[in-house]
Amino acid sequence: MSAPAVVTKSARSRRIWYGLQTGDEVAHLVTFLFAACILLLTAFLVWELWVQSAESRAKFGFHFLFTSNWDPVSGDFGALPFIYGTVVTSVVALIISIPLGVGAAIFLAELAPPRLSSACTFLVELLAAIPSVIYGLLALFTLIPLMRSYGEPFLKKTLGFLPFFDGPAYGVGYLSAGMILAVMTFPFVIAISRESLMEVPRDQREAALALGATRWEATFLVVLPYARLGILGSIFLGLARALGETMAVTMVIGNDPAIHASLLAPGYTIASVIANEFAEAGSSLHTSALIEMGLVLFFVTIVVNALARLLVLATSRKGTAQSS
Amino acid sequence: MNRLIFRKIVNGVMLFLTALCTLATVSVLFLILGYLVYNGGKSIDWNFLTKLPLPPGEVGGGMANAIVGSATMVGLAALIGLPVGFLGGIYLAEFGGKTFAFAVRYMADLLNGVPSIVIGIFAWGIAVKPMHGYSALAGAFALSLMLIPISLRTTEQFLLTVPRSLREGALALGAPKWRVISSVVVPAAMRGILTGMILGVARVAGECAPLLFTALNNNFWARRLTEPTAALPIMIYRRAIAPYDDWHRQAWAAGLVLIAMVLVTNIAARYLLSRGISVQKG
Amino acid sequence: MNMSMKIVLATMAAGALVGTAAAQSLNGAGATFPAAIYGKWFEEYRKAHPKTEINYQSIGSGGGITQLTAGTVDFGASDAPMTDAEIAKLKVRPLHFPTVLGADVITYNLPVVKQPLKMDSAVVAGIYMMKIKKWNDPAIAKLNPGVKLPGDDIVVVHRSEGSGTTYIFTEYLTKTSPEWAKGPGTSKQPKWPGGLGAQGNEAVAGMVKQTPGAIGYVELGYVLQNHMQSALLKNAEGEFVEATTASVTAAAAAAAKTMPADFRVSITDAKGKGAYPAASFTWLLIPSKIQDPAKKAAIVDFLKWMLTTGQQYCANLGFAPLPKSVVDLETKQISQVQ
Repeated sequence: MSAPAVVTKSARSRRIWYGLQTGDEVAHLVTFLFAACILLLTAFLVWELWVQSAESRAKFGFHFLFTSNWDPVSGDFGALPFIYGTVVTSVVALIISIPLGVGAAIFLAELAPPRLSSACTFLVELLAAIPSVIYGLLALFTLIPLMRSYGEPFLKKTLGFLPFFDGPAYGVGYLSAGMILAVMTFPFVIAISRESLMEVPRDQREAALALGATRWEATFLVVLPYARLGILGSIFLGLARALGETMAVTMVIGNDPAIHASLLAPGYTIASVIANEFAEAGSSLHTSALIEMGLVLFFVTIVVNALARLLVLATSRKGTAQSS
Repeated sequence: MNRLIFRKIVNGVMLFLTALCTLATVSVLFLILGYLVYNGGKSIDWNFLTKLPLPPGEVGGGMANAIVGSATMVGLAALIGLPVGFLGGIYLAEFGGKTFAFAVRYMADLLNGVPSIVIGIFAWGIAVKPMHGYSALAGAFALSLMLIPISLRTTEQFLLTVPRSLREGALALGAPKWRVISSVVVPAAMRGILTGMILGVARVAGECAPLLFTALNNNFWARRLTEPTAALPIMIYRRAIAPYDDWHRQAWAAGLVLIAMVLVTNIAARYLLSRGISVQKG
Repeated sequence: MNMSMKIVLATMAAGALVGTAAAQSLNGAGATFPAAIYGKWFEEYRKAHPKTEINYQSIGSGGGITQLTAGTVDFGASDAPMTDAEIAKLKVRPLHFPTVLGADVITYNLPVVKQPLKMDSAVVAGIYMMKIKKWNDPAIAKLNPGVKLPGDDIVVVHRSEGSGTTYIFTEYLTKTSPEWAKGPGTSKQPKWPGGLGAQGNEAVAGMVKQTPGAIGYVELGYVLQNHMQSALLKNAEGEFVEATTASVTAAAAAAAKTMPADFRVSITDAKGKGAYPAASFTWLLIPSKIQDPAKKAAIVDFLKWMLTTGQQYCANLGFAPLPKSVVDLETKQISQVQ
């Protein structure tokens, strides 16, 4: 060991001490390089996307985001149908998963005994581990036939006067894609909302109950608003996942590059069109247009993710600040 | 009095509804698993695990090459991606300055949030285009990009849970910093780090989108890493959308294999983790 | 180096040599139209020549041409002959080798209708232009008197990507329906007025098979293998013809006599009795110059096998073998592969 060497402070000991310190220098350098590598890799990814989409950006400019003509043969590309499809399926997913997810989170955070709560949370989190292609496989053979034979005809009969439920019952389409996406966002909404709810200090709840509120009133009027930032954050995280989902959506969206008002109609999302057309994109303009849409998707998911993290961070800070 | 009864009814109804929500979401998982086990269990057989795919319409083919291909690419991705994230995580937890560490963390979060299809585009530009061909290497590269931020975050997170007293004790005994990290801090956090890594690997094993235009697919064994390679998720996709009933059967079997692997790793990892935490606290 | 190390190294060297000698692998991609028979061929060829493995990925004719142009595959496959513009993009001129004759069958899913429906191009164009929306539409009923047609919605299924099968389908419609010619026209990836998109012949067949009331266009093989319903199409002579290997062969009869040197020919809406109007050759796209001598030898050998032994497998899988005159001309073209 070096202790005696330091004490004597001879030239030889200084050299040994220096040698040991360069061990630290080496470790510092090596780990620094790897950390820098990660930084550079990500920057490189963004740069690559930017450069590879140059041809499309130069030709179409911002109009790309607002035109709906997708014609690989004549070289005219517009991203609007895909942006529309991505947004609509995600919105449908959220409409389904927010009430179900927040409801389940409330139950698990407030009402369920702790063992049941952690067991159920574990099970729900397992939903997040299931690969997207398996969701697609299941949806294709279970959800789609059910929707086509029962679900969609029922919606047409009851709500068919609305433009959202117009047109033939294909089975595939925005609605089915939204439904499968909802299942994929459950784990995010439930797990993180539950955590946010559990972080609300006990005194808040107890004060409400002391004032004579029922359990539901205490939860709905006091705890939920307190945790709303975290719940919102969980919703954004779920949204970020839904926006980028590829395989499950590709198998059930119907692949129609057009804008339809009806949820029963087939559509297309950004991720799906890239998955379907990238390997066979004939011209460099076609490839570039697909990559530009990838860039758009990338930016949107980054923003949504960033917002989500800010929100979740804000709740936990608020929680710890108040309870101390 | 009326008002109180009304409030109590609302209370009961709403709480019941939340219980229903939980039931609904949890039962979806059981439905999924049940369906997969039922359909996959019917379909999985020795042929599936050992034979190569047969031409369209012929019955009895298998996915042996896809199982091996997936294992190869995931293994390679782990070999590349996990150490990069691990060492980067050590830097962030042990050496990091303020701005650089923030930048690295931010970029890793960014990378984590990139949709997997976009990762595929990047990997295509880096590995497929210059090499003029699809390959297992390109597929592994794409998957490793997804492993890096997972590995980084997990390493940093668990290294930070190691109490300062452990580090300071080792330093007080005269160990240089690198020794403290390698012999004391990392081993203490290793259980958590490994758990995170295993979960990450299980996640990328199921990824399909990044492989679509990096590894393409192969009906035979890929003899070199520079050839298109079959993978289970791609096979599931292609078999599911086809008309042949035998291919659907194979898709279910593959789905079962994949889900079994994913679930087993998840459950094992969490078990490891929960045991680890109690050991640390005690 | 001691003895055991020498043995290990020698074994490894021998293994490496055996390894490289044992496996020549080729990669091809393209049309889903002939995927069933190409799959069969490459499997049978490997049984006969264990040293050669030809990996073929059916990603669509458009994809085959793209991959060949990008140089990411050794050969391509397409049911639409390459245009001059597409050929110009390649550094090495591609040679078109017709492999088999096939048919675009109009398939549908109507369990209540027991006999095959008769259709002409006006009806098909009307359906695909979303003008004919229900199965009991008068236009369909007129061609099928006495058949009880259900009032269900027609679910239109087409290809989502660049497809040679689509090219054949749209070329047939363009030649026979003025409305279609003015509208979407002939293309591997036209602007579809509506309907569901599916990736590959496989997914179109899959979608039609699973969706009651659906209609789609797929190669005959898929219809036969999956026991799907098919329509009788009206041909140039006014007959309603079923898609069979015989009617496909009849469609190629005239073209076989006047085959151009580059083999790029269209046989849709062919004249002649019993000719199926939506038939076509399908081609392998082979580069005229192949650098690697081992790959060149493998490709040349496969082509010879394909033109002789390969043609036997056609009938079972829903394809018609090439006419003899075409086979002779192609055998001469093989020598052009340098």
